[in-house]
Amino acid sequence: MSDLAWIDAALTAARPQAVGALLRYFRKLDAAEEAFQEACLRALKSWPKNGPPRDPAAWLIMVGRNAAIDDVRRTKRLQALPDEDAISDLDDVETPLAERLDGADYRDDILRLLFVCCHPDLPDTQQIALALRVVSGLTVKQIARAFLVGETAMEQRITRAKARIAAAGTSFETPGPIERAERLAAVAAMLYLVFNEGYSASAPGEARGALSEEAIRLARLLLRLFPAEPEIMGLLALFLLQHARTAARFDASGAIVLLEAQDRAHWNAGMIAEGLALLDKAMRHARPGAYQIQAAIAALHARAARAADTDWGQIALLYASLERLQPSPVVTLNRAVAVSKTGGAEQAFVLIEPLAAPLDNYFHYHGLKGALLLQLGRAGEARTAFNRAIALAGSPAEAAHIRQHLDRLSEPAAE
Amino acid sequence: MLYAILCYNVEDEVFAWSKDHEADVMAKLGKVQERYAAAGKLGPVARLMPTSAATTLRKGDKPLVLDGPFAETKEQLLGFYVVDCADLEEVLDFARELGVANPGGAYEIRPLLMMNPGSLPA
Repeated sequence: MSDLAWIDAALTAARPQAVGALLRYFRKLDAAEEAFQEACLRALKSWPKNGPPRDPAAWLIMVGRNAAIDDVRRTKRLQALPDEDAISDLDDVETPLAERLDGADYRDDILRLLFVCCHPDLPDTQQIALALRVVSGLTVKQIARAFLVGETAMEQRITRAKARIAAAGTSFETPGPIERAERLAAVAAMLYLVFNEGYSASAPGEARGALSEEAIRLARLLLRLFPAEPEIMGLLALFLLQHARTAARFDASGAIVLLEAQDRAHWNAGMIAEGLALLDKAMRHARPGAYQIQAAIAALHARAARAADTDWGQIALLYASLERLQPSPVVTLNRAVAVSKTGGAEQAFVLIEPLAAPLDNYFHYHGLKGALLLQLGRAGEARTAFNRAIALAGSPAEAAHIRQHLDRLSEPAAE
Repeated sequence: MLYAILCYNVEDEVFAWSKDHEADVMAKLGKVQERYAAAGKLGPVARLMPTSAATTLRKGDKPLVLDGPFAETKEQLLGFYVVDCADLEEVLDFARELGVANPGGAYEIRPLLMMNPGSLPA
């Protein structure tokens, strides 16, 4: 790796911890970001000359903090602090700071930094954009590309989000166990949004796809800070098991390939193994949660060598648990899919009947309804449902999938 | 003499490598390993999952199962090699070559007291 690439990797890795600590010092997000920016500029000058510091995050925190204090002193015409070259051999200065950082502080610093991005007043897209800017350090341009909007629009969106959280205020007290758990849950939900934003990329190589990898990186960081939290293990496992399918999710022409048609040889075995290992660890705690259940469902798909080997009975049970924990029409619909796969078309149809109103504009609802009606021998109604599904399809692959059913319906033998 | 080469690096950085960078590093490491393997000097090579996948069993009257790695360190144990080399100088040469292929972090070289090759298929 070249100097620049190495420094870039180190700055990215150190960013959440450094900006988190600077936020605690300055109590203002903008000030923390500016101080970090200044520290990065100085690192680019100093590190190639003096070699990498032993603890890049501690170096950046100290230099960032001093630069800001320096700034204040300069405007007050006081004597400036020594420049960072003098402290770049950090053996003396860095050690006590690094030791302090090793304590519980830095864990709460990073959690706080992530948490300010998930303020409940902020709409999902603003939470994601803010986290990518503040925690991940993506440029506004990169974020704008991922969201397919102009740079100016994204700049405004982020500025507005920052103004909102500044107005809302942030707690800098060390959080108690209950507050910490609440923050952790909010941050997990925000990372889930970031991951899904990436997962919803509709073409391979689309800029948005990189967001899934960023969510994985941040979930790993979070799990390292809270190593005994089964839901965070579940969250990371879920990300890894889903992301493992990336290479098989698009065909040569860039169209989405549905799960049951994917070439499982193209699934990433390393990610699946890590996801299964994490889920295994999580289950030991016997404290089930929504992410663990979803990861367990993804794991059953990952474990099936062929689509036909999928353990749908177990998946139906897991969706039933998820339904109890987090009732939602979409979860019920997914349970109905699993039930239908084990041969219970009638039972599945009973499950989805109450979903007609809440899921009237949902492609998958009408697709499943059509398939179930077909199995129950109600071809006319099935055709209506399939036509509605095609009208709501989000991708050509989805529409093509439904059209296959319709074509079969049109064959004389089927009538 | 048998030596273990324990590979330490910052996992935050290593697990954030781009696919291209990862493939490039692995290819370069593969080349270095090939020669030592051909000379019959290379034993098992392992790459470890991130420490977030680790579990620690603290032994005692009631062994305690803890999530996470045994030790919190700035650089994490991310893999290891077992090699059969004439002396420390030869292991260091191998480690230096590995280091050129994959810069950053550190290799800890530890002579083996014993090794049971085990019964796992390669």
